Amino acid sequence: MGRFLARRGVFLVGTLFLTTVLVFLLTRVLPGDVARVLLGRDASPEAIAAKREELGLDDPLIVQYVGWAADFVRGDWGETFASPRQEIRPLVTERLVNSGRLALLTLAIALPLAIALGVVAGLTEGTLVDGVISVLSLSVVSLPEFVTGLFLVNTVALKWRDNPIADALGWFPASSAIRPDLSFRDALPALWLPALAATFVLLAYVVRLVRASVIEELKKDYVRTAALKGLPARTVIAKHVLRNALIPTVTVIATSSGWLVSGLVVVESVFSYPGLGRLLLNTAIDNRDLPLIQAIVTVTALIILLANFAADLLYALLNPRIRLG
Amino acid sequence: MSADPPVLRVRNLAISYQVGGAWVRAASDVHLTVRAGEIAGLVGESGSGKSTVALGVLRYLPSNGRIEPGSEIALAGNDLTVRSRRAMQRIWGARMGLVPQDPAAALNPSLKVGEQIAEIVRQHDRLGRGDARDRAVEMLGRVNLPDPVTLARRYPHELSGGQKQRVAIAMALSASPDLLVLDEPTTSLDVTTEAAILDLVRAQVSAAQAAALYVTHNLGVVAQLCDRVTVLYAGEVMEDAPVRELFARPLHPYTLALMRSVPRLGATKRDAPLPGIEGQPPALPERPAGCVFEPRCPLAIPICRTKPPLEPSESGRTVRCHRWREIAAGEIALPEPASPLPALPTSGRNRPLLRVDGLSKHFPLRRSLTQILRREPAHTVRAVDGVTLSVPQGQTVGLVGESGSGKTTLARMIIGLEARTDGTITLLGADVPDTVRERAQSSLAQLQMVFQNPQDSLNPYLTVGQALRRPLIKLARMSRAEAEAEAVRLLAAVSLDEQVMRRYPSELSGGEKQRVAIARAFASDPALILADEPVSSLDVSIQAAVLNLLARLQAERDTAYLFISHDLAVVGYLADVIAVMYLGELVETMPAEALFRPPHHPYTEALVAAIPQPDPARPSAETRLNGDIPSPREMPSGCRFHPRCPRKLGRICEVEAPPWQDAGGGQWIKCHIAPDDLTALQGGAPAEERE
Repeated sequence: MGRFLARRGVFLVGTLFLTTVLVFLLTRVLPGDVARVLLGRDASPEAIAAKREELGLDDPLIVQYVGWAADFVRGDWGETFASPRQEIRPLVTERLVNSGRLALLTLAIALPLAIALGVVAGLTEGTLVDGVISVLSLSVVSLPEFVTGLFLVNTVALKWRDNPIADALGWFPASSAIRPDLSFRDALPALWLPALAATFVLLAYVVRLVRASVIEELKKDYVRTAALKGLPARTVIAKHVLRNALIPTVTVIATSSGWLVSGLVVVESVFSYPGLGRLLLNTAIDNRDLPLIQAIVTVTALIILLANFAADLLYALLNPRIRLG
Repeated sequence: MSADPPVLRVRNLAISYQVGGAWVRAASDVHLTVRAGEIAGLVGESGSGKSTVALGVLRYLPSNGRIEPGSEIALAGNDLTVRSRRAMQRIWGARMGLVPQDPAAALNPSLKVGEQIAEIVRQHDRLGRGDARDRAVEMLGRVNLPDPVTLARRYPHELSGGQKQRVAIAMALSASPDLLVLDEPTTSLDVTTEAAILDLVRAQVSAAQAAALYVTHNLGVVAQLCDRVTVLYAGEVMEDAPVRELFARPLHPYTLALMRSVPRLGATKRDAPLPGIEGQPPALPERPAGCVFEPRCPLAIPICRTKPPLEPSESGRTVRCHRWREIAAGEIALPEPASPLPALPTSGRNRPLLRVDGLSKHFPLRRSLTQILRREPAHTVRAVDGVTLSVPQGQTVGLVGESGSGKTTLARMIIGLEARTDGTITLLGADVPDTVRERAQSSLAQLQMVFQNPQDSLNPYLTVGQALRRPLIKLARMSRAEAEAEAVRLLAAVSLDEQVMRRYPSELSGGEKQRVAIARAFASDPALILADEPVSSLDVSIQAAVLNLLARLQAERDTAYLFISHDLAVVGYLADVIAVMYLGELVETMPAEALFRPPHHPYTEALVAAIPQPDPARPSAETRLNGDIPSPREMPSGCRFHPRCPRKLGRICEVEAPPWQDAGGGQWIKCHIAPDDLTALQGGAPAEERE
């Protein structure tokens, strides 16, 4: 077990290093001069040169990278280029908390639903029930998030807002502008519509995966062995089939939680939700704000790597055939 | 005779499957009776419906299968065909247990084996968690598994194949069922393990006074284990008799033909070709309306186009054949096989074609990070360790040993699929480089291979013609037209029709596929063919035909074979020289004639003893090996066989590697015991076996 963790840990650090190097290089080869962006079109060449000097843009790349990495590890993530210049760390962590809440709620809705639907579809393979589940989950996923998102905003939020009960509950804000100081509970009304939209994206994928692995496991000999022990059908399913069928699902869940934290740009935009994705797209990339881009991408990469690390660990714990040696 | 109803009584059992909208019969008019303490054998080749009948008896057919009205399956007098699935839940496990064919697949990979037993007794005997756990440990002990307390906490993948099958047997027996259904439980095991499992089944059935229905294709197992035998063909009972009477006097032409197809211990290609059965069993929807065996029956006459009844013949026997009276009276018999083998050439008898010298394959084990940092050398697994062997031109060298002995790795090094760690390979006097990539076209053409499973070794997207033309064009450097003509000739040589050229492998039967694989191996006119278990996946009647084919092609083309098999009777039939391998090294080499008379290496002795003889009058010897073949990671010191050796001398076997001893007549034994002493230990006088 220790060796397994150590090996995975080394792997994780190595990947993180490569990712940051790649991001660093990418931001440096992006067209456009940062100094000119910061100073505006009319800046004199001398002013631009001075700005470049100030930002350290003329140093060799390796010096720039090492300087940045050392600062980052120390917790000094720098300031945004764009004015008003802000501390990056509080900005990113605030958005990270928001994104994390959205991801958590999405998983809480999507997983039980998807696993239940997938298991039912798998157990009733080829029947009407299976067909309905498959068609429904597929049609939901084939709609782009902005369509399902806008649909939710227009029908649910805007129509039902006038309903006195809903209004009293305050559960249908069309815009999810939430303040960072809200508790998870208080933020819930603003969270659940975007979480629903994100669920739609994830749902069909997990349903199909669970369905396929349930069908595959049902064909295996050990299911016959279990049934011929005289165990009740629900024990055969719950104890024997699901134990094996859900192992691959764990990996997918862990992997997609990384994506949920950082990849929900469209959903966040539709609901004006202040998450990490929107920060990256609207603030960082639009302004060619290099330190901010680097910080966000590094944090995102770290989250995705940690999620995968957790997935590997969980997979190994659940599957006795994987040797933790 | 007790008046109690038999444990299992099956009458008029008919089972159908829905195939493409239509219901087709998979089994019909099946009758079986099994009494307490009795083991009934259900024998048939693939497609005979034996598994269908077994699952039907258990009332566990796939969702497209149904038991036809009028069928009766009575368990201790109670008809099961009318039971609901819920009612069957109280019978499954508690009163009927299944021992499956492939224990590796039949155990849940993510549950500890103890729990997999405990859940049965919790369900049926209403035991609490602790008591159930104790019962599981007790059951594991009852099937002779070592250290059952620890073993109960293991997962299936941590056990060997034989141990898994013992667990499966413990599972089936745990709630003391009245009926045990065993579905080919030893098919995936080595002979040595099979022998031990058969001992266990015999002992457990007798101890529990249960009734057992043993499904198998192996006539040897039936002869050694069962009290009664039912022979199935194309879903119908051909014949049913007490085991001794069936083997002494088969009354049905199919039984007769099946028994002749199995190579007997001591039979060789030099005596006579194996009489197989022409043709193939009919596919489900195409079963003949008359006698189902009529199309393949050498004794068929016009009346056989009508269905014969299953009628009582002699005391306690039934048979389904229009001509059984003539067979019983000895008036008719199966014709002797028409074409005796052409005389085997003796020209190249002592000219070595292939020489393998000190050949080794050591796989390095992965080192841990700390081991790498401390610069510790990597440990190795010695899969093949210093094997020296030669194959004379036009002869067959049989290579035998349990799985894990290194047979396949040796073959893969010779063919060039595996780089060797050490040693030399010489073919026709010239050195052969490590791998296929480094070898010259000419040496590729000289060495070909036939794999165990033709299903996997033929490319499913190439027609047979394309598969045969490729080596002809690439290795034999023929033009397209020449290759086309030669491919047809090759197919004819393996008794396949020219039309097969345009077919894809999926359109062929298993036997046909293996013939194509053999034709492909012969395409480049090789001097040596390596055959790795080429008949293991085939039914006996088809196996016989393929063995004859190999013997005939060898005689015609003077090709040498290195023939790998776990089946000593098959090796004994085909080989001229036999090499026995254990844990990466050879322990005995001998001329094939020497196989069935002492002296032998104790390992060879145990392998021979483990073969279930297809003759109830000749029970298998009692010699059994201790435990399983060890992992080559933990190679025993001294003689590698000493931990399992029934004839171990003492300390010398543990510390000193044994020398090669000359037993005369070209036989060499690697053992501390002198050949003469081995002869004395192993029953001395070889006279009886010789003739």
